Amino acid sequence: MIDTARLKAWLRRYAELIHVHKDELTALDATIGDADHGTNMDRGMQAVLHILGDEEDANENIRPAELLKQVAMVLISKVGGASGPLYGTAFLRMAQAVGEKEQLNEEDIAQMFAAGLNGMKERGKADLGDKTMVDAYARAVSALSSSLAEGFPLKESLAQAISAAKEGSDQTIPLIARKGRASYLGERSRGHRDPGSLSTVYLFEAALVFAGEGEINHA
Amino acid sequence: MKKLINRVEDVVSESIEGLVLANPDLVRYEREPFFVYRASSQTKEKVALVSGGGSGHEPLHGGYVGYGMLDAACPGEIFTSPVPDQIVSAVKKVDHGAGVLLIVKNYTGDVMNFEMAHEILEMEGIKVERVIVSDDVAVEDSLYTTGRRGVGGTVLLEKIVGAAAEEGWDLERVKDLAERVAGRVRSMGLALSSCTVPAKGSPTFALGHDEIELGIGIHGEPGRKRIPKQPADTLTEMLTQPIIDDLALTSGDSVIALVNGMGGTPLMELYIVYRKLEQLLRERGIAIQRNLVGNYITSLEMQGVSITLLKADEEILAFWDLPVHTSALRWGM
Ligand SMILES: Nc1ncnc2c1ncn2[C@@H]1O[C@H](COP(=O)(O)OP(=O)(O)O)[C@@H](O)[C@H]1O
Ligand SMILES: [Mg+2]
Repeated sequence: MIDTARLKAWLRRYAELIHVHKDELTALDATIGDADHGTNMDRGMQAVLHILGDEEDANENIRPAELLKQVAMVLISKVGGASGPLYGTAFLRMAQAVGEKEQLNEEDIAQMFAAGLNGMKERGKADLGDKTMVDAYARAVSALSSSLAEGFPLKESLAQAISAAKEGSDQTIPLIARKGRASYLGERSRGHRDPGSLSTVYLFEAALVFAGEGEINHA
Repeated sequence: MKKLINRVEDVVSESIEGLVLANPDLVRYEREPFFVYRASSQTKEKVALVSGGGSGHEPLHGGYVGYGMLDAACPGEIFTSPVPDQIVSAVKKVDHGAGVLLIVKNYTGDVMNFEMAHEILEMEGIKVERVIVSDDVAVEDSLYTTGRRGVGGTVLLEKIVGAAAEEGWDLERVKDLAERVAGRVRSMGLALSSCTVPAKGSPTFALGHDEIELGIGIHGEPGRKRIPKQPADTLTEMLTQPIIDDLALTSGDSVIALVNGMGGTPLMELYIVYRKLEQLLRERGIAIQRNLVGNYITSLEMQGVSITLLKADEEILAFWDLPVHTSALRWGM
């Protein structure tokens, strides 16, 4: 079961991945955007780290929903750009989806991510194939729920979700952008990866901590 | 990277501090959340105008806060839209009960952040309307995309609509006028060089010595087409014709023209562009009734130019001529 402490581990891992890949994300955005996606996400996730508090802090008495809501508010107020409202709205919906629960099971996690996707799609009005983070996110969500439905364990299902997200991100490369700044480039957006699709890959990669993986390296 | 900055993370705040220190009679700022507002406290009840967007476009928007134009501006990080907290706080600061018009440039990030602020303000019972400026003809407009970017037209709109608000027009009429101006203004720009975002430290795109990027926006984002360098007259025509076509300007029409430098263009060159623009329009029987030539909406140190034409009428010209007193635009007082 996944409790608030485990959700915090996920967010710490996500902040770490964003920090490590900050320049890569910004470089992708320089090619078809305005060179700030890594900077924006890193600013936001560093601020999230700040509210997570000490790792040893036994004070984990807030509910998952409260934590997710706080994360949403931090992202909305710190990230800016397109990704701030998009990830912010996703986390707000995740908070709503987990409701009053203290502990989340595998299905709850799948529903949490699915609710996040709906929020992101409503806010940005993008769909699969528009060359945005939705291309990675939507594929990850379907892989996660179908893999769980087929009876695979969480760890295996998360691995499926991660490779689906990666595949979704790869598939943005040949597309012409229809949403976001890259859409102004028209035909010239073809041949380049969408930066937001990659930050979404890391969101799912970090989620491996739900299955007790990858929660290492805190300097 | 060589820039007149201290720490990268202080660029925006130190620049606004400087703006406020240089114009203490005009503007003040609040730090948390960050926004700029008029120094003179409002004596009359008027509709307030609040805009904002990424920084790096100076004097937009902070330079346009003052009498006859904006009541407050929310600067985001460089080329990144402001966040809802800033917009909500700025609106609350300058709303005096007559309502607030939000002026938003059409970029996904700006639109979504202003939309979230709008939702929060409405929940709190504050009267808010929103106008979206999307004047860049370089971008093809289509139902399936984000639509055109907001560029130079924003400056003209803020001036004209600011005058109407100062005249005591109510929120509905101010909004209608803003929509009307937004519907009649078009722009197009080009770059001779890219710009360097401080946090990145290197130019956003690489441009060869004899290459020009046509159809750029104001964020150092690449344009639609790369072309070999050409004389200024040819380039001016390449920017002007699509605007004339899009606005369907014909003989007898009047316009307000803005020849805008992107931050690193000598004024000397901007006048060479204006010279040709004036000739092109004159040949077609289109009269430039008013003009601005200079750096009004920039892209850091980018070398380049944009042309904006607003199809004018009596009412628009009358508002244009009314007094304005901001740090970047001032006449009549
Ligand atoms: N309408 C949209 N729906 C979903 N995702 C979007 C939308 N617009 C942009 N994005 C995502 O946001 C990313 C860019 O984020 P960022 O660079 O932080 O903001 P900005 O584009 O405002 O500079 C894109 O790579 C894309 O994945
Ligand atoms: Mg960006």
